[in-house]
Amino acid sequence: MSAVFAVEFAFWQSTIFKLLLAFVAVLIPAGGTVYMYLFKMVSFMQSRLGPMEAGPYGSMQLLAEVGKWAQKEDIVPTNADRRVFVAAPYVVLISTFLLVLVVPFGPDAMFVNFDTGIFFALGVSSVSVIGILMAGWASASKYSLIGGLRAAGQLIAYELPLVLAVVGVVVQAGTLNMQGIVRAQIDGEIFGFGGLGNPYFFTQFIGLFIFLVAVQAELAQSPFDMPIAESELVSGYMTEYSGFRFLLFFIGEFATANIFAFLAATLFLGGWGIPPFIADLMFEAGHDHWAFNLIGPAVMLTKMLLITFVIYWVRFTYPRFREDQLQTFAWKFLIPLALVNIAVTGVLKVVF
Amino acid sequence: MTAVNDRRQMAYIAAQAADARVNLELEAEGMTLNIGPQHPATHGTLRLVVQLDGEQVIHADPVMGYMHRGYEKLTEVRTYPQVTTLINRIDWLGSFANEVPFILAAEQLMGIEAPPRAQWIRTILFELARIANVTLFLGDMGVQLGAVSPVFYAFRDREYILNQIESATGGRFHPNFDRIGGIKDDLPAGWIAETKSALKEIRDFCDEMEDLIVGNEIYEARTRGIGIIPADVGLSYGLTGANIRASGVDWDVRRDNPVGLAYDQVDWKVWTHPDGDSFARYWVRLQETRESCHIVEQLLDGLPAGPIMTKVPRIIKVPEGEAYIETENPLGVMGYYIVSQGGLEPFRVKIRSASFSNISITPWLLKGTYVPDVITILASLYFILGDIDR
Repeated sequence: MSAVFAVEFAFWQSTIFKLLLAFVAVLIPAGGTVYMYLFKMVSFMQSRLGPMEAGPYGSMQLLAEVGKWAQKEDIVPTNADRRVFVAAPYVVLISTFLLVLVVPFGPDAMFVNFDTGIFFALGVSSVSVIGILMAGWASASKYSLIGGLRAAGQLIAYELPLVLAVVGVVVQAGTLNMQGIVRAQIDGEIFGFGGLGNPYFFTQFIGLFIFLVAVQAELAQSPFDMPIAESELVSGYMTEYSGFRFLLFFIGEFATANIFAFLAATLFLGGWGIPPFIADLMFEAGHDHWAFNLIGPAVMLTKMLLITFVIYWVRFTYPRFREDQLQTFAWKFLIPLALVNIAVTGVLKVVF
Repeated sequence: MTAVNDRRQMAYIAAQAADARVNLELEAEGMTLNIGPQHPATHGTLRLVVQLDGEQVIHADPVMGYMHRGYEKLTEVRTYPQVTTLINRIDWLGSFANEVPFILAAEQLMGIEAPPRAQWIRTILFELARIANVTLFLGDMGVQLGAVSPVFYAFRDREYILNQIESATGGRFHPNFDRIGGIKDDLPAGWIAETKSALKEIRDFCDEMEDLIVGNEIYEARTRGIGIIPADVGLSYGLTGANIRASGVDWDVRRDNPVGLAYDQVDWKVWTHPDGDSFARYWVRLQETRESCHIVEQLLDGLPAGPIMTKVPRIIKVPEGEAYIETENPLGVMGYYIVSQGGLEPFRVKIRSASFSNISITPWLLKGTYVPDVITILASLYFILGDIDR
């Protein structure tokens, strides 16, 4: 990051810079997708217009909503375990912010370049389970309790297919480093033809499918939204939350959707890279040119929007599973499929 | 200072009491969950007290009466023509269907009969009310199971029918159109062609729902084998309408006892399903909506000419006597038992509404099911709160 403008920053300067950028990287895409998909696309799907009054085509609606939430009364139920109740949304949000740290947006544009980046990402993604359990238990509401327990069971069950889906990519790339995975896709070749690189959705399409299904479950979105199932549990673990704390959950939910889409883009769609023959036409240095620190985020954003489109499309189309059907689906279908995928990937890796 | 201390002490006592309550509940077997009176799944104020063991229902107890408006009593201080305004609000999604059995019972007591054209228009509006009602169910079932979009399509396409009801009667939701001895007005010009195109939209909607909901694997997994009502149990609980036809009982008042309505003049079929589960109830209602379109189209084609009102006195006095008329309403069999002692008002009216009987099976049906299935079963039984509580 510090090399972008060829200026050396002091550690504290770059820390503040990164902190601000982390907020930008989490909140701006979250707001964008909420407006584009949750407000508008879904409205068109459901033959209605969505917000139209606040700003042109309702584009300022989100600000209005945030303002509304921020000024709502701050309610903590009498029987709630106050400290845990208050802390829970922050724990959920922390997991979102930790996730974005390892996502590469360009050759140098990333927050932390861990050697075991994807491992870290999958680890911190389960921190949100703790927050959700905290919220479910501390609310002192039966709906919240059932929702929290459902969420815990579901999130733990779907952690496994998520990890196993990524293993295929890791085997193929030969590294756990996120930047390394992107590089492997950019430098890869399809039967000796390197013009397109080798984005892993060509070879790991089963992995991509499992990853997206597991992400849908991790985010507790339809068809896996039993933890918040409105028609059964009112709003699940979020039932007792209102105002700003609900907003935190809301941001957590939609920002995490984007970050997972970023991860999927990095793992399966070639990350911040564009087809190498275009990059070579643009710059002599190809993907190593410094300009990719600016092009990269835009490319990532585009790929993220593609994936979140699928996420929201599924979310507003399918009815939800029942709890036992969800577990059956994870343990009897997704996990065996992921294991087969890993085995086949391993064999092919040795063969080629 | 003392006030602060007092408040602290109060808070402490309250916290202790809350802890004790929680502990008591944790120690007791299972947990009592209050679904309702205000809950997103009950679209109204039905309260369901459910004893849970984990997520399994040990015992479910529907508590009714949160919306009781005392219609049976109120009818006793209304004149006969005034009653229809009131009873429009019983099943508010298919309002016109509520008026018909009452009017028919009053006509029977007075010994008059509406002219054929009025009967046919009554039947048409009756079926349109059924379509408007059941259309919403067809979309709402999706929303209860977590698919948000279908209910918006239902609201969109129901509007075609409501527009037709409005242009014929003047009331979109509460027509108040049926009169003793006939109907209020004749159909407006061009109404028949418009209605036919509206019915086409409803047929498209049914196809869409068949694709979107019936054809969905998750939907099928959620509803097949859930909430099975055997025919004998259903009959002993007084289930009627599509709920009992989905259990394989071939019984439809429209066909078996069409008093004062033109159902015997057209060619149609009663749909049944042998399974008796939630899927069957949805499927039967879907087929019935198509069948209703079929009925209305035939009625529109064969609409007889003639007067729409028979000769009735200016001030309606119903002679002494008793009459019970039931019709096949959107939610099931609805009947009015009218006792008249002569005079302007009925002496006593007993309203047999379908949802009240349909919901009474829930304690039997919900035993041993899981919380998500509770919602599926309630949604598939399809009740309307106004119809339960009256």
